[in-house]
Amino acid sequence: MSAIPHRPVSSAAPRIAKPFDWAGLVFAILLTLVIAVPLLVVATWAFTEVWRYPSLVPQKFGLRFWSQTLSRADVWEALFLSLRLTAVVTALSAVICLPAAYAFARLKFPGRNLLFLSFLASHAFPKFGLLVAIAGIFLHLGLISTFWGVVLIQLVGTLMLMIWVPVAAFQAVDRRMEEAARDAGAGPLRVFWSITLPQAGPTIAAAVLLTFVGTFYETEGAWLIGAPQVRTMPVLMISFINNQLVVQYGAVLSVMLWLPSFLALIFARRIVGTGAFARGFGA
Amino acid sequence: MARLTIKGVSKSFGTGFAVNDVSLDVEDGELVCLLGPSGSGKSTLLRMIGGFERPSAGEILIDAKDVTRLPPERRPTGMVFQSHALWTHWNVFDNIAFGLRLRRRPRAEIRERVEQALAMVGLADYGQRMTTQLSGGQQQRVALARSLVLEPKILLLDEPFASLDQHLRERLREEVKDIQSRLGITTLFVTHGQDEALALADRIVVMRDGVMEQVAPPDVIYRAPRTEFVASFIGSMNFIRVTVEEGIGRHEDLTLPVPVADGPAVLGIRPEALSLTPSERPRAGRVHRSIDFGTHKLVDIDLLDGTRMKAMMPPETQVPRGLRVELGVSAFHVFRDGAQVYQAGARGSETERRVSHA
Repeated sequence: MSAIPHRPVSSAAPRIAKPFDWAGLVFAILLTLVIAVPLLVVATWAFTEVWRYPSLVPQKFGLRFWSQTLSRADVWEALFLSLRLTAVVTALSAVICLPAAYAFARLKFPGRNLLFLSFLASHAFPKFGLLVAIAGIFLHLGLISTFWGVVLIQLVGTLMLMIWVPVAAFQAVDRRMEEAARDAGAGPLRVFWSITLPQAGPTIAAAVLLTFVGTFYETEGAWLIGAPQVRTMPVLMISFINNQLVVQYGAVLSVMLWLPSFLALIFARRIVGTGAFARGFGA
Repeated sequence: MARLTIKGVSKSFGTGFAVNDVSLDVEDGELVCLLGPSGSGKSTLLRMIGGFERPSAGEILIDAKDVTRLPPERRPTGMVFQSHALWTHWNVFDNIAFGLRLRRRPRAEIRERVEQALAMVGLADYGQRMTTQLSGGQQQRVALARSLVLEPKILLLDEPFASLDQHLRERLREEVKDIQSRLGITTLFVTHGQDEALALADRIVVMRDGVMEQVAPPDVIYRAPRTEFVASFIGSMNFIRVTVEEGIGRHEDLTLPVPVADGPAVLGIRPEALSLTPSERPRAGRVHRSIDFGTHKLVDIDLLDGTRMKAMMPPETQVPRGLRVELGVSAFHVFRDGAQVYQAGARGSETERRVSHA
């Protein structure tokens, strides 16, 4: 008796619970193809010695171009230069922008909104025009072709992300938490260090990480200000691709350049919980 | 242990006053409730005592020491916030230990004192939990322990139970009262719930528009309200407009001896001071409805001039809807221009204190 009313329920339930999303699957596959195929082609090129039209797969695989690329001194120089440059820019950006972001989030001062918008302004113009203008100024200051010149130009590019995202993160921190810490006996600096920063931490970590990756791949500023003395990895890659008709050099370098961003992304997934960005933007 | 003295404290925001010339003495070990509707300045006053707002004028003294200009971290006060404000990136133990660590206490002492504090609020084994894993009531207990572990001279509670449900609120306030009287800690408690104030306070400060309306023990506040506002805010009170002529207050349904100067006045009558008798008079008030609370019945009566009166009757009373009744009054207050000018009838032991159900 009792089994009879159960049957229609149990057979109906799965049909309602899991309608298969065919459209979603198609979109997912298409998206994956669009993103993954170019990556696959480049990766394949990096390990190819001979690949002639119209063959679908290379005629000869090999690591010849890897050893050729890796034996070049300028590649290693560029890699370490890029790492040093990016680390310095990210650290400077954090030192400058985080306190500024806190001030924007918590303090009221005249001109606050105008200043805040001015960080957006550098992104509101065609970037190359702005860079050329800055390059003109740097030429007078003797900063062209110097390490610190490139640091400066790349710093400008990081400002917006490093101000806007942390401002939102700091604003999301409950003021009562900070007051409770004052009440427990902590001075303002200690409150910032022990309460505000950890509370805003995941979102700020995400901003720092994105700044690092973005700066590492920044090409226009580094090329315009840095060339010819200061050559970063992306700049080197472009000159390889422009000057030599061997596809493999560029392919090997771009596979090498994946590495830092890939590690950064893995790291990001570990420390930045899902939704940290959404929270940072006030969702 | 600690005395709190507030001398002529004001706080102005732009054009208006949030707190206007408040003076108050809180004795050692006393629990004082600041009671008032939202916007009455009670929270602002508390935050000035805690150091989170700076008074525009006046002085705040703790044990005769002026703390008016000290930041919160240098005041001997401990605050419990309505939103509990626990630090969600630390576990319960670290939350409570933070203040002790700032004071550079030895590790063993910190452990011992945190465990004592947790035991006191009934959360002995919860040290390793994250604060987000606790229920609302448990979070508020941790916040209380976090303040108490630092042994503040003055404990400040800013509507700590407002976000909890009724049962939990009642239980927690009993626990707070127990802990407070055991430790003998001078406490200020902000609330907008009159039952909370009546249940907890040694003295109640009723605030309205930044001004203290009355400061008195709960029974006095209830039985001898100094102003019409206090009378309406604490418990439920029927108000009825009368005209006084030669010592007699007259209303169509009531005639009472009111020995004040001639003119209009407002009578305040508690529901428990009203009695009803059936009437044949065609213009007498009619019973609108009767609600049975088990312990008593609350009867609404509509008078002909539109005034709605509430009367508290014994539970066995039968009052059908539409019944015409005469009002009998055993005790009443007379107010003129908002202030009480006369009071008559039952006081003290004659009337049981009852908390409103309105």
